[in-house]
Amino acid sequence: MSAILIIAEHDGKQLNPSTAKTVTGATGLGISQIDVVVFAADPDQVAGQAAALQGVSRVLSVAGEDFAHPLAARLAPEVKALAGDYSHILAPSTTFGKDLLPRVAALLGVNQVSDIQEVVDERTFKRPIYAGNAIVTLRVPEGIPVVATIRTASFAAAGDGGQAEVTALDAQAADPGHTRYIKTEGSDGSGPDLASAPIVVSGGRAMGSSEGFDIIYSLAARLGAAVGASRAAVDAGYVPNELQVGQTGKIIAPDLYFAVGISGAIQHLTGIKDAGTIVAINKDAEAPIFEIADLGLVGDLFELVPELEKALG
Amino acid sequence: MKILVPIKRVVDYNVRVRVKSDGSGVETEGVKMSINPFDEIALEEALRIRERGEAEEVIVASIGGTDVQQQLRTGLAMGADRAIHVETETAPQPLTVARILLKLIERESPGIVFLGKQAIDDDCNQTAQMLAALWDRPQATFASRVELADGKATVAREVDAGLETIEIELPAVMSSDLRLNEPRFVKLPDIMKAKRKPLDVIAIADLGVEQGAGFEMLAFEPPPKRGGGKVVGSVAELVDELKNRGLL
Ligand SMILES: Cc1cc2nc3c(=O)[nH]c(=O)nc-3n(C[C@H](O)[C@H](O)[C@H](O)COP(=O)(O)OP(=O)(O)OC[C@H]3O[C@@H](n4cnc5c(N)ncnc54)[C@H](O)[C@@H]3O)c2cc1C
Ligand SMILES: Nc1ncnc2c1ncn2[C@@H]1O[C@H](COP(=O)(O)O)[C@@H](O)[C@H]1O
Repeated sequence: MSAILIIAEHDGKQLNPSTAKTVTGATGLGISQIDVVVFAADPDQVAGQAAALQGVSRVLSVAGEDFAHPLAARLAPEVKALAGDYSHILAPSTTFGKDLLPRVAALLGVNQVSDIQEVVDERTFKRPIYAGNAIVTLRVPEGIPVVATIRTASFAAAGDGGQAEVTALDAQAADPGHTRYIKTEGSDGSGPDLASAPIVVSGGRAMGSSEGFDIIYSLAARLGAAVGASRAAVDAGYVPNELQVGQTGKIIAPDLYFAVGISGAIQHLTGIKDAGTIVAINKDAEAPIFEIADLGLVGDLFELVPELEKALG
Repeated sequence: MKILVPIKRVVDYNVRVRVKSDGSGVETEGVKMSINPFDEIALEEALRIRERGEAEEVIVASIGGTDVQQQLRTGLAMGADRAIHVETETAPQPLTVARILLKLIERESPGIVFLGKQAIDDDCNQTAQMLAALWDRPQATFASRVELADGKATVAREVDAGLETIEIELPAVMSSDLRLNEPRFVKLPDIMKAKRKPLDVIAIADLGVEQGAGFEMLAFEPPPKRGGGKVVGSVAELVDELKNRGLL
């Protein structure tokens, strides 16, 4: 019997949108039983949100003090304890899923399918390799569970309107005691979420300093957009690491993407190739970003960006 | 303490990889090969830990055909003390790599195994986590800063929400992220010296590793091309275009 288990990503209060996207990816498998498991210190609220997702059959809610922060070494044995009932175990391809799921796969003695971008059938998937320069179609052999992360930029979020039942379960494993969460430092989360915002404005090395980035923040605020950055801008310390877009940062698919002072290295492009419309602003007409941009504007960004903000009224 | 750094030979990150016309794989014939950039960062961190006096020995290991010895020699030239080549003609998938590395752990008893967070050819991002599971030890993936004290490591990790700090007991598995450090350049005299450093070759059969059912690769294709765009002459024209497309 085929059945799917999805590991929910959340911050203790809110279900992360990556979970709803994973549900959509799971729906494509054509398997009717889709369960979502929520591990949390106090799972009720998040479990309720998961139960409301269209397509979810059942929510398993597992409470435990040591689930307050998602530590792979703590959670992997819990997932393994549930795995026997499922043919497919899925998580989003976010840092949460990437950290946890390979640990689960190894406990189950199988390889993991990373970053599924298309489901061909129950055991056949397409995924990007070589920074998205190639797409491989691969098949998971019969007789083993499919353990896979879902590339969230490839799937829309499942809508609300579901009414799954919530079942409380007890934790099965003990805290190994060797890993301790200390803290998370990050942006205050006030602006739109980079991973799911419909409009993103990104700046590159050309911004020159954190102050230089002000015009990016200002344009983004005018558009209700999230702010992103190239690796060069993050490495230079202009903006924090969580804003990096690309192969090793966030893979995003906004409706509208502005690449400002970004050359368009392949590692950056792989993070935006599913964007609806790409606008590039760069003073070098030969920059590779123009090869994939839908709309290009050649010139000095320090003139063009403020002018654009003004033109938006 | 020993630090084991698994390094993978991959197509250099500057190469524009192309899918073979018959869809059987990607073109790797005659292209520049390098140490996976994340592994170079992991090795640099291991060397710095040794140079601070917090480790005695850094061992690089690579699994693959004879040509991985080139990358092992580069690792030795960077400053690793010795190298292990696990020889196999078939490219192993992450679980097999993790099982092989576990065998090396049994032989060497390292305090830290420092991997790259992902190999830039398969982009799997799995091996470190799998190894930590098989070894039943802590994992600190996507490391951006590492501090060692009293048999523990405090590691700042690059996560979607920002920087997460965890504390783990050693021995443990770590995987490097981009901003952990900037790897040193190899100097010519170091390349000469590296030729005399020990490089052991182990046949995969001698490790008794179960290879397991790998995935079957059915086809390779280039990514869909984005349609050609157009260059507009002014900000006003850009705004018009965006409005016409219903984006503003
Ligand atoms: C393993 C690995 C992983 C990587 N992962 C990522 C990743 O996830 N994301 C990522 O972004 N990169 C990644 N990179 C780095 C990538 O290869 C590039 O180095 C990086 O994207 C370059 O950033 P940039 O475009 O801002 O800088 P540059 O390449 O320096 O480009 C700056 C651009 O700004 C333009 N410019 C300068 N001044 C002005 C001005 N006044 N007005 C207008 N335009 C101006 C220039 O013409 C140029 O095109 C990775 C690299 C490696 C090796
Ligand atoms: N064949 C190999 N030889 C040595 N190390 C490897 C090999 N394959 C993977 N690794 C290590 O595992 C890391 C992650 O690889 P992957 O899980 O394939 O993305 C790499 O950065 C290397 O440190």
